[in-house]
Amino acid sequence: MTRGRIRARIRRSSLYTFACYKPSPTEEDGPHDIQGPGYSRMVYCNQPHIHEQKPLKYCSNYISTTKYNVLTFFPKAIFEQFRRVANLYFLLAAGLSLTPVSPFDPVSMIAPLVFVVGLSMAKEALEDWRRFMQDMKVNLRKASVHKKNGVFGPKPWMKLRVGDIVKVEKDQFFPADLLLLSSSYEDGICYVETMNLDGETNLKVKQAMETTLPLDDDPTFKEFSATISCEDPNPSLYTFVGNFEYDRQVYPLEPTQILLRDSRLRNTAYVYGVVIFTGHDSKVMQNSTKSPSKRSTIEKKMDKIIYFLFSILLFISLISSIGFILKTKYDLPKWWYLRVPDRANLFNPGKPLTSGFYHLVTALILYGYLIPISLYVSIEVVKVLQALFINKDIHMYDEETGTPADARTSNLNEELGQVDTILSDKTGTLTCNQMDFLKCSIAGTAYGMHASDVELAAAKQMAMDSDGQNGTPTSWEKSGKAFQESEIQLETVVTSKDEDAPKPPIKGFSFEDMRIMNGHWLEEPHADVILLFFRILSLCHTAIPEPNEETGTITYEAESPDEGAFLVAAREFGFEFCRRTQSSVFVHERYPSFQEPIEREYKILNLLNFTSKRKRMSVIVRDESGQILLLCKGADSIIFDRLSRNGRMYEEATTKHLNEYGEAGLRTLALAYKKLDEAEYSAWNEEFTRVKTSFGGDREAMLEKVSDTMERDLILVGATAVEDKLQKGVPQCIDKLAQAGLKIWVLTGDKMETAINIGYACSLLRQGMKQICITTMNTDTLVQDSKQALKENVLMQITNATQMIKLEKDPNAAFAVIIDGKTLTYALEDDMKHQFLNLAVDCASVICCRVSPKQKALVTRLVKEGTGKITLAIGDGANDVGMIQEADIGVGISGCEGMQAVMASDFAIAQFRFLERLLVVHGHWCYKRIAQMICYFFYKNIAFALTIFYFEAFAGFSGQSLYVDWYMLLFNVVLTSLPVISLGVFEQDVDSEVCLQFPALYQQGPKNLFFDWYRIFGWMANGLYASLIIFFLNIIIFYDQAFRIGGQTADMTAVGTAMFTGVICAVNCQIALTMSHFTWIQHFLVWGSVISWYLFLLMYGELQYSIPVNAYRILLEVLGPSPIYWSTTLLVTVACNLPYLAHISFQRMFNPLDHHVIQEIKYYRKDIEDRHMWRKERSKAREKTKIGFTARVDAKIRHLKGKLARKYSSMGHCVPQQR
Amino acid sequence: MNSSTPSSSAGGPGSADPTGPRRSSKRPKYSRFTQQELPACKPILTPKWVISTFLLISFIFIPIGLASLFASRDVVEIVHGYETDCIPEGSRNDKVGFIQSSLDKTCNRTLRVPKEMKQPIYVYYELDNFYQNHRRYVRSRSDHQLRSPTSEHNIGDCGPEGATSNRTHIVPCGLIAWSLFNDTYGFTRNNQQLNINKRDISWKSDRDRKFGRNVYPKNFQNGMLIGGGRLNSSIPLSEQEDLIVWMRTAALPNFRKLYGKIEVDLQAGEIINVTLQNNYNTYSFKGKKKLVLSTTSWLGGKNSFLGIAYLTVGGMSFFLAMVFVVIYLIKPRQLGDPSYLSWNRNPGGR
Repeated sequence: MTRGRIRARIRRSSLYTFACYKPSPTEEDGPHDIQGPGYSRMVYCNQPHIHEQKPLKYCSNYISTTKYNVLTFFPKAIFEQFRRVANLYFLLAAGLSLTPVSPFDPVSMIAPLVFVVGLSMAKEALEDWRRFMQDMKVNLRKASVHKKNGVFGPKPWMKLRVGDIVKVEKDQFFPADLLLLSSSYEDGICYVETMNLDGETNLKVKQAMETTLPLDDDPTFKEFSATISCEDPNPSLYTFVGNFEYDRQVYPLEPTQILLRDSRLRNTAYVYGVVIFTGHDSKVMQNSTKSPSKRSTIEKKMDKIIYFLFSILLFISLISSIGFILKTKYDLPKWWYLRVPDRANLFNPGKPLTSGFYHLVTALILYGYLIPISLYVSIEVVKVLQALFINKDIHMYDEETGTPADARTSNLNEELGQVDTILSDKTGTLTCNQMDFLKCSIAGTAYGMHASDVELAAAKQMAMDSDGQNGTPTSWEKSGKAFQESEIQLETVVTSKDEDAPKPPIKGFSFEDMRIMNGHWLEEPHADVILLFFRILSLCHTAIPEPNEETGTITYEAESPDEGAFLVAAREFGFEFCRRTQSSVFVHERYPSFQEPIEREYKILNLLNFTSKRKRMSVIVRDESGQILLLCKGADSIIFDRLSRNGRMYEEATTKHLNEYGEAGLRTLALAYKKLDEAEYSAWNEEFTRVKTSFGGDREAMLEKVSDTMERDLILVGATAVEDKLQKGVPQCIDKLAQAGLKIWVLTGDKMETAINIGYACSLLRQGMKQICITTMNTDTLVQDSKQALKENVLMQITNATQMIKLEKDPNAAFAVIIDGKTLTYALEDDMKHQFLNLAVDCASVICCRVSPKQKALVTRLVKEGTGKITLAIGDGANDVGMIQEADIGVGISGCEGMQAVMASDFAIAQFRFLERLLVVHGHWCYKRIAQMICYFFYKNIAFALTIFYFEAFAGFSGQSLYVDWYMLLFNVVLTSLPVISLGVFEQDVDSEVCLQFPALYQQGPKNLFFDWYRIFGWMANGLYASLIIFFLNIIIFYDQAFRIGGQTADMTAVGTAMFTGVICAVNCQIALTMSHFTWIQHFLVWGSVISWYLFLLMYGELQYSIPVNAYRILLEVLGPSPIYWSTTLLVTVACNLPYLAHISFQRMFNPLDHHVIQEIKYYRKDIEDRHMWRKERSKAREKTKIGFTARVDAKIRHLKGKLARKYSSMGHCVPQQR
Repeated sequence: MNSSTPSSSAGGPGSADPTGPRRSSKRPKYSRFTQQELPACKPILTPKWVISTFLLISFIFIPIGLASLFASRDVVEIVHGYETDCIPEGSRNDKVGFIQSSLDKTCNRTLRVPKEMKQPIYVYYELDNFYQNHRRYVRSRSDHQLRSPTSEHNIGDCGPEGATSNRTHIVPCGLIAWSLFNDTYGFTRNNQQLNINKRDISWKSDRDRKFGRNVYPKNFQNGMLIGGGRLNSSIPLSEQEDLIVWMRTAALPNFRKLYGKIEVDLQAGEIINVTLQNNYNTYSFKGKKKLVLSTTSWLGGKNSFLGIAYLTVGGMSFFLAMVFVVIYLIKPRQLGDPSYLSWNRNPGGR
C-alpha cells in the first residue's frame, strides 16, 4: 500500500499516561454475541445499494422536525384548532345556525369562524414552513461521500445512505452516526467535540480499530467491503454494541469507534467513516423529544376566564329559557297574533319544555357574543406581530455572527414579561469558551495591567457611583473619596483602557505589562524565576502546534482552551513552542537575547496528565544541559500542599494575588517545579514503568500513587490568571436582570471550580458572600457506604444550611448554594427536593455544577413546579435541550455552533446579553399589551352581548336580537378588532430606553399587576356598566316617542342601529382611553373603526334588493337627519366612559404606579431639566438583590462605610487628646 | 461545506469572511416602525387635562340638556287611552267576546286641547303589551314578495299565513301583515271634519323600494281566522301606508305608530270629538290602546328624558371637575414627583 503524501504523524497515544495506555480488553474478548431482538441491524459497508431495498432499507438521512406535512396539515391543524373550547363552541353554534333554531343568518355565524380558524391555520402553516426551511438547510449540507473507485464527491446530507463511506474534514459536523475507520493520525485517533450532545467542552478521543487503520486514503476504499451487525437505533449516547466483519474475521465494536451525528471533528485533518445510523435513527435524533407546546400563564388564565364566561353564558341562557317557558306557557296562547303552536314546536305552549329546550340552544348561540370569537385570532395576530418586532429589533442583532433575534414561537411573548427565575447554562451562554491569558504572579510580583471585563465594569460602575454622590453631604463625599483611593488601581485600568491603541488583539492573550513584555523581564529582579515560569508555560502541556503555511504563524491544538492560552502567552513572552516529536518538544526561545530566537530541544521523559481528580499535570523534561526538571501546574490548593519547605518563598504573596484573581473572576493555576537528579529519577521511573505496563483493576490508582510520590517537594514559581472570557456584556446583563428582580441559577456541566470562577466573573458570587457548598464525600472510597447514608448526609447539609440562613441576623448577608451533580441526584429525589428548593430559594445565587442534561431538566422542573413561578432556561447546546423544553420559556443561543438548543427553544438570541432587552423591554411590553388587550376584549364583548340579553327580556325571551345580523358579524371581526390589535401591537407604557433604565418596572410583570383577578373583574364590571348604560339610555330615548321632526317613531332596526352605534363609539373611546401611546396607526385604527362603522351603514343601506330588510337607507334617510340619534350617541359614549376616566384620574392622582410617574417625568421633560434626579432614580430603580455588580459595589460601600465609621470613632477619641 | 456550517468560535480569524454578504442581509433593516420608535403622542392625565376634560364635558352637556328640555317642553301631547271606555258597559266583563263579535264598534270620545298645537299635528296609536318584537312575529314576513309581483310565491318564513287553505299564496303574507292594526279614527272640531292626511307617514324609501308599486294584495284575510285589518286589493302595496308603517316592527312591546297628520292648528281649550272604530283585539292579551296627538320639535316628540340624562351627565362631570379641583388644591401631588415611585415609597425596596 503506497501513501502518496507525507504527513506529520505522531503517535498521540504515547503522550498520555492514563487515557490511552489502557490495555484494551476488547481485543482479548472476541466478538460480541449479538443475536435476537434489538440487534437486528446489518450494515454493508461501501455497498449502499444493498440498503435501497427492503428489508435492509433503513430510513434516509433526511430529518424533519415539522409538525405537519402536506397531507396531514388539514386534519391535524383543524383538530388543533378545535381543541380550544371556544372554537369548538363556535363550530357547534355554526352547525346549529343552519337549523331553524338559530337566531341568526347562518352566514353570520360561519363566516367569522372560517375567518378566525383560517387565520390561525395560516399562522400554523407559516411557522411550520419556517421549520421546514430550517430542516432543509441542514438536510442540504454537503458531505464528502465515496462514489466509486476511490473517488469521493459531495452529496447532500439527506441523500446519505446506510453503508456509505464518508470523509469528514476538520471542523465539520458528522452527517450521521458513523463508524470510525481511520483518521489522519497514524493510530486512528481523532478528536471529537460533543458539545451539541452533552455540552462538555473538552474534546473526546475516539480511536479506530487496528484492522481498518490502513484505510486512510481515498483510493483504498475502491475495494473495501465489510459487514457490520449491530444494535437497533436507540437513544443511548454512550453505549454501542456491534460486530464488524472484515476479511472473514469478526471484530467487536465499541462506543469509542462511533462518531455521532451533530458532534464535530476537531484537531484532526480528516476521518473516514461508515454510515451506520441515518436521519431519525441516529442517536441524537432518537434523543430528541417532541418539543412540548407551551402556553403562557396569561393564556391559561384566559381560559379560566373563558370558562367563567361560559358559565355566565349558560346562566343567562337558562334565565332566558325559563323566562321563555313561562311566557310560552302562560302568555303565548293569548297572543293571537303569533298563531301558536307552530309546526316545529319552537313556540308550543302545549309543550313548553320542548320549546324551552330549543330556545336554550337558541339562547346559547345568541349570547355567544359574550365569548369573543376573535379573541384567539386577535391574540395570535398580535403575537405574530410582536414576534416580528422581536425579530427585527436591531438592538438584538449580533454583528459578529450576523444573527438577529428569532422568536421561534410567538405563543410566549407575554410570558417574557413575567419571568421569575432564569436558569442558565454556562459554557457558550455566559462564556465564549475562550480563555485569555490576563495576569500572572511570578516570584511574588503581580504582573498584568489589563483588567478583566468584570473589573472594568466594576470600576466604571464605581466611578459613576461616586459621580452621583457629588451633590450629597460631605461624609458621603469622603467615603466616596476613600473609596476611589482604594480602587485607584481600577481607575488606572479604566484610563489605560482608553489610551489603548487599536492594535490587533491576539486571541487568548490580553496581557499587558511592559515590565516583562518584549524581553524586559530580563531586567526584573527575579529573572531566573521568570525564565522558569515561561518554560513551564511552554513545556507543561499536551498541545500540538500547527504551522499555518500562509501566515507563517503557529496555532495550537490544545485539549483545553486554557492550555492554548498559556502557549500563546509563552509565545508572546518569547518562548514559542514550535514542534513536538515523539519524545521531544522544541521551543524557539528568545533568550538570552530577545532579538534572536534559538531553538532548544527538551526531551519529554514523562507526562503525568491532568485528571479532574488530580487537578494538576506535570512533565518531566531533560533540557539540553542534561538537567532533569519536573514542571508542574495545577490548582493552587493542590500545589501549595506539595511545596517543599524551601519552595514556599513566594507563597504568601502568591496567595494574596491568587485571591485577588479569584475575586476578579479569573481562573487560576499555580506553577511549580523541582529539580531532579539522575538517580532519583531513574529509581522513580523504573517503578512508574512497571506500574504502567501492569494489568489489573487498580492500575490507575497505582499510577496515581506513583505520580504522587514524584510530585512532591515542589518549588513555587508563580501563578497564572486566565480569564474564561465572558460573552460580551454578560456581567452587565446579569446585573440588570438581578436589578429587575430576577433570580439567576447557573446549571453547568463544568467542574465546580470553573463554575465558581464564572460565578465570580458574573458577580453571581462575591467575596463576603457565604458559600454553601453541598457535596458528597469522596464517593470512590465510600463505594460500600450505603446510598442511604449518603442521602442522609446530603439532607443534613441542606438542613444545616437552611438553619444557618434562618439564624442570620444581618439583612445584607448573602448566601450562595453550590451543588454538584452527584449530590444533586440525591437532592432531587422526591423526599428531599423541597428542602433543597427552599434552601436554594433563600440563597442569592445558585450554582449547580457537573449536572447532566437530564438533571438540568429536573432542576428546571423543580423550580417551575416548586415555586409556581415562571422560569426561563437559556442555553446553547444540545445538553440544554431538556431544560429549554422543560422551562416555561426556553431561550437558545444561536449564532454559534449547533442548532439543537435553538431548534428546541422558543426564542433564539445570539448573545446572552440580549436577554436583558428581550425580557425587560419586549417582555415588559408584551405582557402589558396582552394583558390589557385581553381585559379589553372581555369588556367589549360583555358590553355588547349583555345588550342582546336585555333586549331579549323585552322581546318575551323569544330569542330575537335587536341588531341586524351583519352588524353582529362585523362587530368582532372588523369594527372593534383592529383597535385592540393596535393596542396589542403598539402600546408602550414607557419607551424602551426607560424600560432599560428602570429595571424595577419589570416587576410589574412577575407581580402580575395587570392581569390579576381584581383587574379582570373590574373590566368585566365596566362592561356590565357600559351595557346597562347603552341599552337603557337608548331604549328610553327611542321606545315610543317620535325621534324625527317628521313625527316618525323608531322601529326595531332604527333602535338597534342607534344602540349599535352607541356600542361602537363607547368601546372605541374606551380603548382610546386605555392607550397611552398613540402613533398615527392607533389614531387611524381607532377613529377609523368608528368611521368605518358609519361607512358600512351608508353602504349597507344602499344595498337595494338584497338582505337589508329594514336597514335600507338607515343612515341617510332614517337616522342621519335625526339630531336625537347623534346626541344619543354622544350621551352614551360619554356616560359609558365617564366612570373609567374618573377612576384612572383618581388612581393616577392618589396611587400612581411607577410607569405613571415616569410618564409624567418624561412628559414634563423633568429628566432633561433635572438630570441629577433622573440619574438618582435610575440607580434606585431596582429590586433588592444580592447578586450582580451593583450589589457587589453596595457590599463594598457598606464595608468601607463601616471601616470609615470605625476610623471616625477612633479619631473622635484621638482629637481631644491632641488638644 | 465550510460556508454552510456556522463558523466556529475557535475557527480562527478570517474564516467568517466568505459568509459576510449573506450575513449582512440578515441584519434587520432599520425603520422607525420595526424598531417601535414611531413618533407618538403620549397624552397623560395631568390634573389640568382631567379638570378641563370634565369641565368641557359639562359645558357641552348642560346646554344640550337644557336645549333638549326646552324642545321637549314645547311639544304638546294629548294621550287618550280608550281600551276600556270604548267597550259598552254591558260587555266589559267579556271584552274579548265583544271585540270578536260583529257588533258595532263605533265609539265617540272627546279630547281637550291643553295648549295651542301648531300643525302638523301627528296622530299616533299606541299599543301596549304587544310583542311586535317576538322572534316568531318578526320573521313572519317575505320582503321579496312585498317588493315584486314575480316573487309572489316566495313566502319563506310566513308561517301559517303563507298560503290559504287551497294553496294559493297570500300577498302580503306573514303574521305581521295579517295582524294589521285596524282601529280607525275620525276627528271633528266644532262639528267640522278635521282632515287626516295619511300620506307620507311612512319612510319614502319603503314606499319606493320595498313595497312594490305593482304588487296588489291577494287572498289577504281570506282564511278561517281574521287577524286584523283588511286591505283594499285594488291599491298597490306601495300606497298602503298603514301597512308599511305597521310592517316596521317596533322594538319594544310598548310602541307608538303614526296614524296620520292633522294639518291645521288647534287652539288651546278646543274640544276635539273623536269617532273611532274600536276593532283591534288587544283584549286577549290585556293590551292597552291609546290615541295620541302630538306636535314635534326639532328633537321629535315629547322626550324630556334625553334632556335630563344630558343634564345628569353634565352635572356629574361638573361635580367631578370640582372634586378634582378641590383635591388638587388640598392635596396636590406634584406630577412626576419621584417620591411616589415604588422604590421610594417603601424604602425597604432598595
